[in-house]
Amino acid sequence: MSKPDPRATPEPPLFRRLAETGRETVALVVDGRPVEALAGDSLLTALLANGARLRVNEFDGRPRAGFCLMGACQDCWVRLEDGRSLRACATPVAEGMRVLTGAAAPDGTTTR
Amino acid sequence: MSAPRIVIVGAGPAGTRAAEALVARGLRPVVIDEAPASGGQIYRRPPAGFTRSGRALHGFEAARARRLHAAFDALAGAIDYRPDTLAWNVAGSAVHVVHDGRHAAIAHDRLIIASGAFDRVLPFPGWTLPGVFSLGGAQVALKHQGCAIGERVAFAGSGPLLYLVAWQYAKAGADVALVLDGASPAARRRMLAALPTAPARIAKGAWYLAGLRVRGIPVISGVRAVAARGDERVTMLAWRDGKGRERETACDAIATGHGLAPETRLAEIAGCPLAFDPDVRDWLPMTDGDGRTPVEGLYLAGDGARIAGADASEVAGTLAALALLADCGFAVDRARLARLRRARARLDRFRRAMERAFPYPGDLAAALPDDALLCRCEAITAGALRAAASEADAGEINRAKALTRVGMGRCQGRLCGPAAREILAAARGVALARVGRLRAQAPARPVPFATEPPAETGP
Amino acid sequence: MTGAPPIETEVLVIGGGTAGLSTALHLRRRGVAVVVLEKGLAGAQASGVNFGGVRRQGRDLAELPLAQRSREIWSRLAALVGDDCEFTPTGHLKIATSAAECAALAAYADAVHDHDLALEVMDEARLRARFPWFGPGVVGGSFCPDDGQANPRLVGPAFARAARAAGASVIENREATAVERDGAGFRVETAGGEAFRAAVLVNTAGAWGGRVAARFGEPVPMETVAPQMAVSEPINYFIEPVLGMFEGGIYLRQIPRGNVIFGGGRGDASTETNRAFVRPENTLWTSALATRLIPRLKGVNLIRVWTGIEGEMADGLPALGPSRATDGLYHAFGFSGHGFQLGPAVGAVLAELIVDGRTETAIDAFDIGRFAGDG
Repeated sequence: MSKPDPRATPEPPLFRRLAETGRETVALVVDGRPVEALAGDSLLTALLANGARLRVNEFDGRPRAGFCLMGACQDCWVRLEDGRSLRACATPVAEGMRVLTGAAAPDGTTTR
Repeated sequence: MSAPRIVIVGAGPAGTRAAEALVARGLRPVVIDEAPASGGQIYRRPPAGFTRSGRALHGFEAARARRLHAAFDALAGAIDYRPDTLAWNVAGSAVHVVHDGRHAAIAHDRLIIASGAFDRVLPFPGWTLPGVFSLGGAQVALKHQGCAIGERVAFAGSGPLLYLVAWQYAKAGADVALVLDGASPAARRRMLAALPTAPARIAKGAWYLAGLRVRGIPVISGVRAVAARGDERVTMLAWRDGKGRERETACDAIATGHGLAPETRLAEIAGCPLAFDPDVRDWLPMTDGDGRTPVEGLYLAGDGARIAGADASEVAGTLAALALLADCGFAVDRARLARLRRARARLDRFRRAMERAFPYPGDLAAALPDDALLCRCEAITAGALRAAASEADAGEINRAKALTRVGMGRCQGRLCGPAAREILAAARGVALARVGRLRAQAPARPVPFATEPPAETGP
Repeated sequence: MTGAPPIETEVLVIGGGTAGLSTALHLRRRGVAVVVLEKGLAGAQASGVNFGGVRRQGRDLAELPLAQRSREIWSRLAALVGDDCEFTPTGHLKIATSAAECAALAAYADAVHDHDLALEVMDEARLRARFPWFGPGVVGGSFCPDDGQANPRLVGPAFARAARAAGASVIENREATAVERDGAGFRVETAGGEAFRAAVLVNTAGAWGGRVAARFGEPVPMETVAPQMAVSEPINYFIEPVLGMFEGGIYLRQIPRGNVIFGGGRGDASTETNRAFVRPENTLWTSALATRLIPRLKGVNLIRVWTGIEGEMADGLPALGPSRATDGLYHAFGFSGHGFQLGPAVGAVLAELIVDGRTETAIDAFDIGRFAGDG
């Protein structure tokens, strides 16, 4: 029996929710894995409250998790499975969004 | 006379007050804003369904935030409001915008740009690691999304935002590891002692500092260098204190910044000339005291022209609108104009004192190690820029950009620009103004390819 | 007239773009003293802001011998100037969107049969099999395998470095304010108050070259134009060849880092103010054409637009060769938006003309004398 791929374990989240936790949930899929966001979350908040990256930089291959949260740094672009790219800090979550961050999926594959 | 067509870019403090002043004279400006709701950054409205009070969100500024939002809401129906709309170019007499992937051009006779500001960044080793955010970003996470950027957050930088955001985090129940202040306490005390006005603000700063100390959070001044360490995310903040001793602090997030930088790209694209200002070590758009630029019909207001804070931005918005009205032949209340100009002058004195108390640490920027990332978009190191300065004889920042790709990424040089100029000037041994600035070209922000040709015929 | 004595040299070059800098480099290899005067930074004008296509296919037949010579130099650029300037022979694909355009491609391939371009004319099926990312409306193409692309921002600076290393004096930020006959030679004064003298003057002043030519009795019918460019954010790399269309279309290329660069349409430029402006409606129109041709570009973001100041000759061909009115003067300007690939060879040819009095490369069609007597 093969061991579970350690890369498939979700990363501990970056963000910590301190307030406004009594909101409706919004179901997302991130790297093939179900993630629960809260209504009013930006996509950035949803991803970082459930993980530790938004994307992988094209040139140094390292993970990135945004920086400025106000649309200046352009380091929060995430790709949806349908091919669209969105700025995570400026995009509210919507039910059913399917996002790719470059982290490993549950089956161990890595997507960009 | 027929009513001039007026466009305002930005619905923050300056844009709001400008719109208000124009509507009061019977005009109907178009107000374009990239955000879904008005208020700008400092008074960003919470998303629907959020329950924290204005006091909890904005603290001392709660009343001002409420008044500003009320002022904008009162304009409903009297303005042509375009939220979620990005102004990316000004050409001829039209502002080019994109909304929901669709492009349009909005004709205007007069344009007020109130584009606000973003964090001024000092790159340091590891600053691209997940977990490192700007001070403004850390504040947005807390105020707008109810989140701390980490379980244990370290703060490092300088300027008024440093203590404010650290205190806001501590008050909200976050674990603040420590606050590293790049300003030397002696220098800051000297500047603040010379401050003739606005004692209330100084008291606020002292209040935040006391609030941190009473919670046992270490606040260390005169910190010279920092580095974020970690493999795929931050696990440690390494730093060197004023005495040169190396220290390390465990944390999983770092909030960093050194003041704010004005968002000037659209103004520059619209043809406004810029001039080097040694107090901010940057190039600022040229305006008169009321907000007129050398470009006929173009006005600037608020932090998008020069960092002066939210209060000054509100005054500047009104002043720019009054200048526009006067230029269009409207009679203007001279007494009111005089009052506003006096308020502006008072706030300007405070602004200048803050600039001198919290200068951009150019020497630290110039000392960024060769192997550290300078341009995070394109992943270009400081060493690559220094090599172009020496081996390729690049002495001007746009030439250096062409040769190294620094500033060629999606952020269009916003984050790396200040440090890149400092590094280039130091490498060439010339004054900072000599290396120039990264020339702004359209689009002001990335915009999607059009999918249908604009209504007119092709090129 | 300035007080200081003029600096004497053998050849004065006005204009530090690729043509002028390549001339300087090739002259130095023949042991000739040369000074290049450039009003801004080396390679900063059309040489540095053009599309970056290194292309022979599609040229007027008269340009092919020069283009072939240049192609040979491109392939050894690193040895010549110490930098390959990211030149890559990715191939050039000219696409057709109608039967008439397909016929035109076939006719061109026929016409250039003896010029060794190895063109492969493709029907729609073959094109789509090889390049499956095309959208509707592309019905054929002609592929030139050894054409390609380079980074124009690197080329001028690289030639300047090489010319200097070879002993040329390349003086930047020196606008020539007075250019005159001086006995049997020439005298040039600069905005900084310096003066230079030489027996030979080379006019590689690009969009400003018409002024120099007129100064010496050889006005040319040249307009100032501003070809527009735009570049996208980096995306997955999938477009290998450089793409071109017939007139009024788009030219597009992708670099391995992922950015897509495209051009199309004209902005506004002036050689008086030395400023050029992009017309946003052209950028949008061209980007919409790009997404129609290549649907995968939908939703991709533009991050920068630019344009430059280019000289376009009425007949689309440059003025290249000796002056027909003034001994010792040589012209190489008016490349009409397709000079990037030719620049290296222009320098080699001019050096031969100056030193040997002749060149083996066929350049008769570019004789500036063809405009004499025009109204």
